[in-house]
Amino acid sequence: MSDIKSLYSDKVMDHFSQPHHMGTLENPSGVGRVGNPVCGDLMELQIKIGIRNGKEFIEDARFQTFGCGAAIATSSILTDMVIGKDLEDALKVTNKAVTEALDGLPPVKRHCSVLAEEALEKAVEDYREKQIKK
Amino acid sequence: MKVYLDYAATGPIKPQVKKAIESFFDEDFGNPSSIHSWGRVARYAVDSSREKIAKFLEGTLKKGKTEISGRVIFTSGGTEADNLAILGSLKGVKSDQKPHIITSQLEHHAIINTCKQLEKINEAEVTYIKPNNEGIIEVFEIEKAIKPNTVLISVMYINNEIGTIQPIREIGKMVEAVNEKRIKDCLKKIYFHTDAVQATEYLEMDVEYLHVDLLTISGHKIGAPKGIGALYIKKGVVVKNNVFGGEQEFGLRPGTENVIGIVALGKAVEILQEKSDEVNKKVIELRDYFINRVIDEIPEVVLNGSKELRSPNNANFYFKYIEGESILLNLDLAGIAASSGSACASHALEPSHVLMAVYDNAERAHGSIRFTLSEETTKDQIDYTIEKIKDIVQRLRNLSPLAPKSLKTI
Repeated sequence: MSDIKSLYSDKVMDHFSQPHHMGTLENPSGVGRVGNPVCGDLMELQIKIGIRNGKEFIEDARFQTFGCGAAIATSSILTDMVIGKDLEDALKVTNKAVTEALDGLPPVKRHCSVLAEEALEKAVEDYREKQIKK
Repeated sequence: MKVYLDYAATGPIKPQVKKAIESFFDEDFGNPSSIHSWGRVARYAVDSSREKIAKFLEGTLKKGKTEISGRVIFTSGGTEADNLAILGSLKGVKSDQKPHIITSQLEHHAIINTCKQLEKINEAEVTYIKPNNEGIIEVFEIEKAIKPNTVLISVMYINNEIGTIQPIREIGKMVEAVNEKRIKDCLKKIYFHTDAVQATEYLEMDVEYLHVDLLTISGHKIGAPKGIGALYIKKGVVVKNNVFGGEQEFGLRPGTENVIGIVALGKAVEILQEKSDEVNKKVIELRDYFINRVIDEIPEVVLNGSKELRSPNNANFYFKYIEGESILLNLDLAGIAASSGSACASHALEPSHVLMAVYDNAERAHGSIRFTLSEETTKDQIDYTIEKIKDIVQRLRNLSPLAPKSLKTI
């Protein structure tokens, strides 16, 4: 076959082939579900919040995704980027950072990185709501 | 193993076709419109091809005839032939009323978008018939939609996505009966067009049998190169040109003829004419083997479209809880080519309009994969594909928030 150009970067294909931190947590502190199967993507991020030096931090995270290669890769890399971070720093992770970490996404797929950012926000929102209820 | 299962998208040039066009690269390269010998060789080649294709479509030899009555016009492909059929026949209509076209929601974008454009510029009204839940357009639905100002009905022979076979002969007979009454009422004849691009390789193509006035074929679906197609126009049917220029193709499609494409198309049609029924039977058997194993061995998978009224080479499945593009990417990593109805897999980021028309369910469109075989596909290739599909489906269901725990293995 002649030379071909890949649809996605090597990093995206890595995450797509061997996703990091997929699945569910035993007792998640917060769960964020974003997207819509009608639109073709649905992401669920589960986070475990711990306390380190008096600050909240993301101890662990797991994701499940119904979606294209970019959706799966962005969810996977997001978990890498937030695990171990202080909560306030994790919330600063932008969709742009997610895209860059993946060595870029095709323009039509950039909205998937927005989904990843929103999943984290929702998971943290859920955690806060659960805290208020306690 | 590399397994190509996307023949509905395109296929290789058949070896005999490749051989037939060889001399046209550097020996027989003349312009068919030239008077000199180079031109005459090219002219003869174009005319022979035209004759071959017309005779194939009119069943001339089978019927012991020698004369051709209709015309074959060469175009740049199926899309252009579809455009010529619709826009060209509309231009031939002389009426003070806005013409009405009936087509289906299953059609290829070449038909649908041409119709939508006519609606946009107020040149026609269009009715898009909804398929039934098996993916078939019902004859009575078309008949119901006929109005005094109806001028054209266009329904594809085989749908390219779900492979369902439409009742073209029955629609054609209905249109003829309607036309007989219309003449008595001083109403204009309705023309019947079919986009037969996906059917040419496998089904009966005799225009008399089909009762059609206009028929589209495409080269790259039958082993000729991309960039060549043809519109068959029955005798007496008025079609005007969409492209303006010289006089080639009886003025209906000016432009220096794509001699190589035309010769290739003629050869490809010749091959079809000589094809035995056994070949199609084998493809159907392999398709059914594929469909039955996938449905039996993988849970929560259904076939899209009628099982019986189905193209010999099409297997389109809905895999619940997982998404099309991610399935395709995984298949590609395994060396397998297929296509999907998912929005993420399309340039327009919209789910397949065919699946939406039949099932009205975007999730179903997003989770559907089309596999299309050919006579070159082997059982080993299908067995390999099935094993890979099983792995891929399991992996993606493990990853999916929609899949129930009972379907996960982690």
